[in-house]
Amino acid sequence: MTVMYTVTLAVLSAAGLLTLLRLVRGPDALNRIVALDVVLTMIIAGTAVGMALREDTTPLPVLVVLALLAFTGSITAAHLIEKRAGLR
Amino acid sequence: MTVADVITAVLLPAGAVFCLLGALGLLRFPDIVSRLHAAAKAQTLGLMLILVGTAVQMPLRYAPVLLLVVLFQLLTAPITSQIVGRTAYRVQALDRGALFRDELADRLARDGTPVDERPPREDADR
Repeated sequence: MTVMYTVTLAVLSAAGLLTLLRLVRGPDALNRIVALDVVLTMIIAGTAVGMALREDTTPLPVLVVLALLAFTGSITAAHLIEKRAGLR
Repeated sequence: MTVADVITAVLLPAGAVFCLLGALGLLRFPDIVSRLHAAAKAQTLGLMLILVGTAVQMPLRYAPVLLLVVLFQLLTAPITSQIVGRTAYRVQALDRGALFRDELADRLARDGTPVDERPPREDADR
């Protein structure tokens, strides 16, 4: 079982690094918004794997809050980009 | 290895692989709107598998909260993709020539906010 957990966390961190690569390289702000949204989804996944690994459920509310914050953050940032481009 | 362990052992790596595919798609796809596919779909599926794999491990009374997170993710991913795609279209962050079908142009015209043909301001952070 522990091998499976380490494999899962290794693959998740590799995916996180790839997303950070897109975050750095993303030509404009919209790509970075999407990359940050993906990073937050992975943080939720990693926290869930950590909960299964350590058999403790204390971070459970964190997952719910993170799932909501990722959404509101992206929407607000996209709104601000439209406003700064003079469309709102 | 109980049944729960077997389910988790299958679901967690599968979810992680889908997260990896989503990240790869985010890197490899040419422009913002196609990257939204990878970011929304593969990521949400990966997260769902991981959360179900975790829910199986935990006492039963915690499973509804995890399914709530899955539900939130399923609700918010389409909304986020739609709004980011629409912003990218209106801010001219994507070349509209490459679109096969473009129904947003006349929709915006009907809205009275047509996509202005002028190139965006230089400091517009696209």
